[in-house]
Parts: sequence; structure tokens; C-alpha cells
Amino acid sequence: MMADPRRHLLDLDDLDASEIEGLLNSAEGMLEIAGRDIRKTPALRGKTIITLFFENSTRTRVSFEQAGKILGADVINVAASTSSVSKGESLLNTVKTLEAMQIDALVVRHPHSGAPYFIANHTDAAVVNAGDGTHAHPTQSLLDLFTVRKHLGDLAGKKVAIVGDILYSRVARSDIVAFQKMGAEVVVSCPNTLLPDEWKPGTTLGKETGFENLKIARNVDEAVEGADVVMALRIQQERQEAGHLPSLREYSNRWGINARRMAMANVGALLMHPGPMNEGIEIASDVAHGVQSVIEEQVRNGVAVRMAVLYALCAPGRSSRNGA
Amino acid sequence: MAARNKLAITGGRVIDPAQGIDRVADVLIWNGKIEQVTGMSNGKTPDGYERIDASGLIVSPGFVDLHTHLRDPGQEWKETIATGTQAAARGGFTTVCAMPNTDPVQDTASVIDDVMRRAEADGVVRVLPIGAISVGQKGKRLAPMGELADAGVIGFSDDGNPVSDANLMRQALAYSVDLGLPIINHAEDKQLVAGGMMNAGPVATRLGLAGVAAEAETTMVTRDLQLAELTGARLHIPHISTVGSIMALRSAKERGINATAEVTPHHLTLTDEWVYGQQGEVPESVGPGSYDTNTKVNPPLRSRADVEALIEALSERLIDIIATDHAPHAATDKICTYNEAAHGINVLETAFSSIFTLVDLDSAGLSLVRLIESLTAGPAAILGRDLGTLNNGFSADVTLIDPEMKWTVDPEGLASKSVNTPLAGIELTGRVVATIYRGMTVFDLRAHG
Repeated sequence: MMADPRRHLLDLDDLDASEIEGLLNSAEGMLEIAGRDIRKTPALRGKTIITLFFENSTRTRVSFEQAGKILGADVINVAASTSSVSKGESLLNTVKTLEAMQIDALVVRHPHSGAPYFIANHTDAAVVNAGDGTHAHPTQSLLDLFTVRKHLGDLAGKKVAIVGDILYSRVARSDIVAFQKMGAEVVVSCPNTLLPDEWKPGTTLGKETGFENLKIARNVDEAVEGADVVMALRIQQERQEAGHLPSLREYSNRWGINARRMAMANVGALLMHPGPMNEGIEIASDVAHGVQSVIEEQVRNGVAVRMAVLYALCAPGRSSRNGA
Repeated sequence: MAARNKLAITGGRVIDPAQGIDRVADVLIWNGKIEQVTGMSNGKTPDGYERIDASGLIVSPGFVDLHTHLRDPGQEWKETIATGTQAAARGGFTTVCAMPNTDPVQDTASVIDDVMRRAEADGVVRVLPIGAISVGQKGKRLAPMGELADAGVIGFSDDGNPVSDANLMRQALAYSVDLGLPIINHAEDKQLVAGGMMNAGPVATRLGLAGVAAEAETTMVTRDLQLAELTGARLHIPHISTVGSIMALRSAKERGINATAEVTPHHLTLTDEWVYGQQGEVPESVGPGSYDTNTKVNPPLRSRADVEALIEALSERLIDIIATDHAPHAATDKICTYNEAAHGINVLETAFSSIFTLVDLDSAGLSLVRLIESLTAGPAAILGRDLGTLNNGFSADVTLIDPEMKWTVDPEGLASKSVNTPLAGIELTGRVVATIYRGMTVFDLRAHG
């Protein structure tokens, strides 16, 4: 699958399309295992995986835990709010402490962009980024690719519209990179207050932005018109409080994904959402649970994709701990 | 305290912009003062003088830094007056102006007295304190500026924090007119910063780090210049960093407003691309070296366009001087996430070399003479003190530079107590090899290694 085993999965920007394909192919097999009546393989038996979450999360943390356990690994969940971190221990010392317990992988979610990179610099364990600040969420993007590929096959030339809180969304950043690497055309739309300053509506970004060929739509209708995939992002209440939005009601009216907008997309277009959803705000309930929605499937596929990632990083012969 | 001996610095290229000197000459020192800059002694030691052979070296007036954080009193684990002035000496600085964001804040005469007394005892170069603008630097009411002026401060600043309240800024400027000392306002609109950590732009977007728009500085620089015009006060703009601020400064100077500005070595040499941790290269993918916390500084490292404009403005004297904003921080303040990291770069010991190496002086139109002027006569003029030149009778503060010497920045080898430099491992060309303060050699690379 992967010629040179990687130590970490921090984002998808350092993987090429064939490496991503390899992980998705592996996830196909994992999906079959996860769907069995007896969901257990000994692939990672004797391996220890710690999920270290500095932010609240249900789906991502449980998804990683489930993935590790199906593969036979011992999974220890550390919630930072109940850990020594709340006693003022530094991130470095937390990592060094866990490191001393001979762990194989650290699955990290942290509110600060770059935290998993910092951790990767200070541990021999494999580090999986489970979402860092407003930077990246690579396993979410892998499961998004996996889900779309199952329905639409080859992504080359497909139009992917990402609508929502672009400025603060780690899912948006990783998804833009991921879908572009697989040959899709990506367009984003959101209020101008939620775009980086250098991204201007009605333009296609150049190389200097680091997001070459990304299209910034003038409005949401332009974005979803003819789209094969429509991805709605969660809009946080705090954006309204910080003055980015007049009100969630206005956001819903102007940028919310509803039946009318889904009708503008291509026939057979998929509706996606990384969750958790604010139904009735960024996504209307009828379409969220409608025939085009693959939102629950995304969650199911997430376990398989994370199994593939953990296997790739921790399987015997791959772990950095082997022979150490 | 000054050396009573006679010293002759012979055969070096003497660059003293204040006197228009740029020629090979000898500098004679007696009793801690400059005796004279003479013709050449042809390598012979004048009778009765101890000789320092400066052939092949640049002989400059001792550098003057208008913006230094010595962290003492209050944060002695980061820097002390002793280590900070040793770092200054290694960087060629014989005068440093100590910013008042200490603990306690330098907002009363007693704290100023304490700093000056201990600087005289522990410092190896001159320390001139800066007083706070507001009590506790809290931006609520004016510090006793008259008392501070009497105690010997050279200006007023709440540096680290802006004076956000425009009316308080106006009062500070108006009150300072009588004292004849500059107001040095850290220009930053905190509301526009809105939690930003680095310069807004493609790098911030890619790294997912909240950006600070250049306008957060530019709008406050513009405000301050207008208030300086209103009050007729002296405004000194610290660490100017944006194209917009330069435009505002140009317009203000054309209108005759009494304003000066400084730029730091790091804003002249490093762009926001250094946050990638690849020595300014833009990597294909974000890597483990990215989020280099040693690049976190306020104002943030800016875009290439800003850096080019700053160099040009310095060379044409629109920006008056270079000041370091030397901001030492403990390792634990930087071994953390970018969000958690403290703002500030350790600058004193790399200041000259970094500019001399990383700015292409010829193509930028920045002459060596102008570079030295902006470290000597320029800041001395803002201070209004007899410093920054090798004039007869002035304090014998002299910096010797080897323009050919190559060296690699080793943070652990710095005299500073802290190691927070993004230049670690970078090879620089040109180095301060000796520093003389009041006629005494306070740093000699050959002796210190």
C-alpha cells in the first residue's frame, strides 16, 4: 500500500493521490470488518492507542475508539478537562508523561492549530491529528472522500461545493486540499466576514494563496449550481456573538442548504455535513434526512477510515516502536 | 567610572555618520572619552597608548538601542540587567533604553531610581530607562510623567500594550510637550487584532492561525500622528511594520509633524513565511518544523511587500532608526503551541549581523553608512544626548565589526539568558568582534570566543 510507512497523519497536504487511494482502498476492507456480526480482528493486538482530546467531541473520539478496539488495540481515552492539564500541566509534559508509558499512537484533538505538529516533534509514538484548531482534520476528509467515492466513483472533474464557516473550519481546509488532490473542482461560499482577507468572492485563487484553483463563489446559489457534492459546515453561535453574522436566522436564509438549493445541484448530488448539525440553520431538516443525504453514512464510514489510518501507522512492522 | 588609560584603535575603516566620516583612520581614547579621530599611524602605536589593531574592521560609534526589554525587575528568569547588557555588548550596543513593562512597572521615580542604580552596578553598558505612560501601563490614567522625567527617563511608553483610549493618548502627548520627551506608543488596535497571532495572509490561512490585519497597526499609527499634530508633541513610533504605516508617516512628515519611527531587525529581514519554520522557504506541505513559536512577535512578521517597503523607507530616512525590541522569553514560553507562545524575539546579539546578511544592501539601496547611522547617530538624535558619534570629548563608546566574519547563530551561546531566536542555525556574515564602553573593553570576541 504505502511504500514508505509514515509515522504520523497530521494533514493530507503531504500525501499524494496514490497514498490517499491506498488508505481508501484499505478502508474498504475495514468497512467489511466493521460490518461483521463479530467485529474484532487481532491486527493491532498488544498495541496501545491513546485518544487525547482537549476539546469536547463525541463522534470523532468514539469513532477512533471504536476503530482501535475493532482492530484489537487497547484504547485509552484521556479527556483533557478531567486530566492533569486542568491542573496546569504543560502540553509538553503531558505528552512526555504519556510517552513514558510506551504508547504506540496518540490521537490528538486540540483547540490550537499546529498542536499535533508540536506533539509529533516531542514523541516517538505515531500522532494522528483528530482536529487542530482551525487548521486541519485529515481523517474527516478521508471519510468524506471515501463516502463520495462509494457513490460517485472517480472524483476527477466532479464539482464540490463547501458552504459555511470557511475562516474557522478545519474541515474546510482539509477538504479543499483532499478533494483537489483527487481531481475535483472545489468551490466555497460563505459570508465575506468568514473568508480570509485575501480570498475575494467571484475569483479563482492563485498559487500564492496556497489554495490554487479554489473558486470563491459570489453567492451560495452560484456555488451549488451544478454541484455533485454539497458540503454544509457547522455554523457556530459564537460567530454571531463575535460580529461575523447579524443573526443565525439571516445566515440560514442566505446561506442555509435547503431543498431549493439542492434542486440546483446535479441530479444525484450528495449532501454532506461533518456534524454535529444545527438543523434548521446551516442545513434544513428535510434535506438533512432526505434521499440525497449521506450524513449518517459519513459517520459509519468514519470508523472504517480511522481503522485504515491506525492500521497504517501502528501495524506490526510499521510502528516506530518496533525494534526500539 | 571610566578607564583612565589611553587607547588607540588603529587602522580600521571608521564610519561615523554624524561627522560624515568614512575613511581608514585611528580613534584615540583618553580617560573614557574620545580624544580624536586622526589620520593613520601607519600601524605604529602612538606613544603611551594601548593599541587595538582594527585593520580590516569597521570602527563605528557604539550602537544605541531605543527599545530593549531587560525584564528586570520582575522577570529575572528571562533576562536581568546584567545578562541583557552583556547581550547588548555582544551585539555592539553601548546604550540600551529599558522598556517599562517590568514588575513593578517603571511608573514611579523609585522604580526608575532602582533600575538606574542597579544598571550602574551590574550593567556593562549604559541603561537609560523609559517611563510608563499610564499607571501600571493599564491605560486608565497618566503616570507621574514629570516625576519620571526628573528621575531621568528618556521617554514614555506602555509598550507591550497600546494606549487604546484616544483621549488618554491625547493627554499624554499634550502633557509631554512641557517635558520635551517623546511618547512611544505601541500602535495596535486590539479590537482589530481580535485574537490574531500572526500576520493575516496566505501563511496564516494555510496554517489555520488567526491573522492580524496590517490595518490593526496602520489605523493606530494614523490616529497617533493626528494627535501629535493636534498637540504639537513628539511622537516616536516603535516597531513600524506595515506599508500603510509608512504611508501615514510619510504624509505626516510632509506636514511637518514632529514624529520619528523605528524598525526592528526582524521586520527588516524576516517575512511571515518564516512561521513555516523553513528559514523563509514556503514548503509544499506544512511540516513538523512549522508553527515556529520563535517567530511569534508583536507586531507580527509581515509580508514580503511590507519588508521591502520598510527597507526602502529606512534607506531614504523616512524611517529614522533601527531599534531591536529585544524581547527575551524563557524556553517554556516558546516550547508550546503557537497560541500559547509569548510574543517576542531575542535580538540584541544578532541585530547588526542579521541585517548585514539577510538584506541585500546593494540592491535595496541601503548603504552601510546609513545602516550604521540608523544604529548610532539616528537614535542619539531622538534621545538628544551626546551619544552615537566619535566626536571629541564624547563618551568613548566604540563598536568594532568584522564585515567578513562568518558565524552560525547558536542560541545556547548567547549571552542573553534566553534563547528565543528564529535565526538558530543560520549562518550570518559580519560580526561585532569588540565593544568599548567609556573607554573600557566590555566585549572582545577574541577573549570570549
